Amino acid sequence: MNAARKVACVVLLAVCVVSLAADWLAPAGFAKQFREVPGSPPSHQHLLGTDEIGRDRFARVLYGTRISLLLAPAAALVSTFLAALVGGLAGYLGGIWLRLATSFTDLFLSLPWLFLLITVRALLPLNVSPLLSVMITFFILGLLGWAASARVLSTSADSLRNSDFVLQARASGLDGPRLFFVHVLPNLKPVLYAQFWISIPVFILSEANLGILGLGVAEPLPSWGSLLRELEGLVSFREEPWRMVPLVLLIVVLTSFQLALSNEELTA
Amino acid sequence: MNGRVFSYAPSSVILSGAATSRSEVAAEPKAPYSNKNAGLAPIAGGFLKSLSVLFFCFALLVPAHAQGGGELRFCLRNEPKTFDPLLVDDDSSLSIRYLTGGVLIRANRKTQQLEPELAESWHLSRDGKQITFKIRHGILFSDGTPFSTGDVAYTMQRLMDPNLHSSTGDAFRSGSGAVTTLKLGPDLITVIFPAPVVGLDALFDQVPIMSAHSPKKEGAVLGPFMVAEYKAGSSVLLKRNPNYWKKDARGHRLPFLDAIRLDIQPNRDVEMLRFKRGELDLINVLDSDYFDKLASTSPQLVHDAGASLDAEFMWFNQVASAPIPPYKSAWFRSTNFRRAVSTAINRDDLSRIVYNRHAQPAVGPVSPANKFWFNSRLHSEAHNPDAALKRLEAEGFHLDNGTLKDKDGNPIEFSIVTNASSKPRERMAVLIQEDLGKIGIKVNVVTLDFPSLLERISQKFNYEAAILGFRNVDLDPNGQMNIWLSSAEDHAWNPQQKAPETAWEAEIDKLMRAQASASDPRKRKQSFDRVQEIVYQQAPFIYLVNQNALSAVSTSVEGANPVILHPQTFWNAERLTLNANTRASR
Repeated sequence: MNAARKVACVVLLAVCVVSLAADWLAPAGFAKQFREVPGSPPSHQHLLGTDEIGRDRFARVLYGTRISLLLAPAAALVSTFLAALVGGLAGYLGGIWLRLATSFTDLFLSLPWLFLLITVRALLPLNVSPLLSVMITFFILGLLGWAASARVLSTSADSLRNSDFVLQARASGLDGPRLFFVHVLPNLKPVLYAQFWISIPVFILSEANLGILGLGVAEPLPSWGSLLRELEGLVSFREEPWRMVPLVLLIVVLTSFQLALSNEELTA
Repeated sequence: MNGRVFSYAPSSVILSGAATSRSEVAAEPKAPYSNKNAGLAPIAGGFLKSLSVLFFCFALLVPAHAQGGGELRFCLRNEPKTFDPLLVDDDSSLSIRYLTGGVLIRANRKTQQLEPELAESWHLSRDGKQITFKIRHGILFSDGTPFSTGDVAYTMQRLMDPNLHSSTGDAFRSGSGAVTTLKLGPDLITVIFPAPVVGLDALFDQVPIMSAHSPKKEGAVLGPFMVAEYKAGSSVLLKRNPNYWKKDARGHRLPFLDAIRLDIQPNRDVEMLRFKRGELDLINVLDSDYFDKLASTSPQLVHDAGASLDAEFMWFNQVASAPIPPYKSAWFRSTNFRRAVSTAINRDDLSRIVYNRHAQPAVGPVSPANKFWFNSRLHSEAHNPDAALKRLEAEGFHLDNGTLKDKDGNPIEFSIVTNASSKPRERMAVLIQEDLGKIGIKVNVVTLDFPSLLERISQKFNYEAAILGFRNVDLDPNGQMNIWLSSAEDHAWNPQQKAPETAWEAEIDKLMRAQASASDPRKRKQSFDRVQEIVYQQAPFIYLVNQNALSAVSTSVEGANPVILHPQTFWNAERLTLNANTRASR
């Protein structure tokens, strides 16, 4: 493990730990409105000041980080599973299945996914709690974000299907699910891991995009998207530098994710 | 004929504003002249005195030329959809129409009174079906075509043509039958409507007269400016109408400006940056955030004209067939429930926190800024959670471990939808969420893209409560018929009712029709005052705030006097001037 990778892992771990300790570090909570001090600068009471309606920004950053960092991997898990199902199986089966899956994946990739997300989100029931809404949002991200990974996985599975050891296993009479689960899937693991890790920052950014459009996590729950939305209208970095903290944190986390991936995972 | 007669001496109206503006401009060269002279060495005195005299003479000679000059620049937020003044339906086209169109009667944006323009005077018949105009002599369109009663007849004929689908014309449609015109003499023309038209004279503020004979059609205008160039997606250049009929107190022909450049710029950040760099002279409508940022560095540039006519409000879905549980429909149809929610909302906080004090707690359908029509007996609902709870308890609701429940034990929980693109509305929803949380009501805030939101609230009725706003451009309540009649499409809480479903809606229908058929303004006001009282008592719309009219005007612009009515900053564009430095730099 090289130094950069170690540092990245430590940073990610530290961010995770701090966000999980939000209840102790920011007892004010993310929803409480200190209405007498909206938009205030940093102080002892509010380390990063308050947002436009008086909520403690430090608490919101911590809780927002927790939500994004917990749910983005969950969404990545969903999308990787779907990718493995569609791409892995199609690649393994080959022939017409591979062609069908490739066409379907290409079709899915060509869809304007942001508009698709907005449309799907608009169809959801309105009366759900903020926590449920955030879980739904990330679940939808996972459901819609499998196509690119599936493309990679189908190619890998296709090449595995024609590899010598699989041919030998077939020649030995091994076939069907057993061949897939015993010989193919374990060899797809590096690709699956890579797709999983690569998907996490993608979903963080996707939620941030939705948040910036005001369509992300429901109020009063914070997320990086809704926190970044605060930067709208900020014309100078010097004006209120503490408002840049969510952006800096997002950049640090995304960079750390990239650095934390091994070379093998990146090339997989 | 005993109708209202409005006849003004036009010069007195024009004089008051113009004299102030021109005297300030004329005073500028005098001060440096006297100061310089006093501080110079005697040996150079003779020469400089002669030079000063020359300057003085020059100053006396040039005002007629020096008064003009310069290009005013500001932004339109969207592409104008049309240059046909009778088809205007969007803000950008509305601004262009205001600057280019000559109208018979103009509503003074500052005094909110009607003033004569192309009509020297007018007479409204008692039954509200006829209006007779005496038009001015010797006026020419921008292309030199003479203005006559024939142009008024042509404009009315075109405006009322059903095939034109003019929303401006729709306001004049009062009954079946054709609108006719009758020329009573070279300067007199009567427009006859099949049925009474409410606020008929005020409606002519929106009707620019078009030339019946000019080959340029809408290109020939009677307003202070004319469209000279249009670059789609980029800008509209308006140039001074050389034939504009108005003059200032000194007899100088208006407008003072040579041109107005309207850049099409939807991005407000870019607009603000360009304004700060001095590339723009005005920002007609500012958000409170931008206003405060600008005020912190350049307080002399921002203008808060006070509460505007626009209102933000919340309402509950009362549509009987809406896909919501019956017990929730019962809450939303309960007057006590709606009034309790209204009482629990802290409007002062909405104004202070969301709009940085650039909004006023709203009272009802009419903003206090609407001087004539506002019912001054009404006051904004005071924030009082205890009173809200008492009202709810009277209706059978009760608190159970901090959760409000109805008499059947259902916890009170509903969602508020609003459009994702509006930060203020989203913030208001979050503040209301907390306010209602204090009386045990759980609120879920949902932001949706605007098309989805509109579909839910106006077609599917698949929502529980919503926050939106109305942009009122009309002072007259007749413009709100589409909201208050129970059969109307914009009767948002329960639209298109075949018959009024409640007694109070039936009464509002009756009162709105009564005010629409009366020609006496006092009787109309009585009716509409009662409508405001019913709306206050029944709270079908829970009015939240009236935003202030915020704008920014560069110090390079002289004569600006921002008001609450559109177009806030350039309503007196014909009298605006640019200072010498700006004129020289453009």
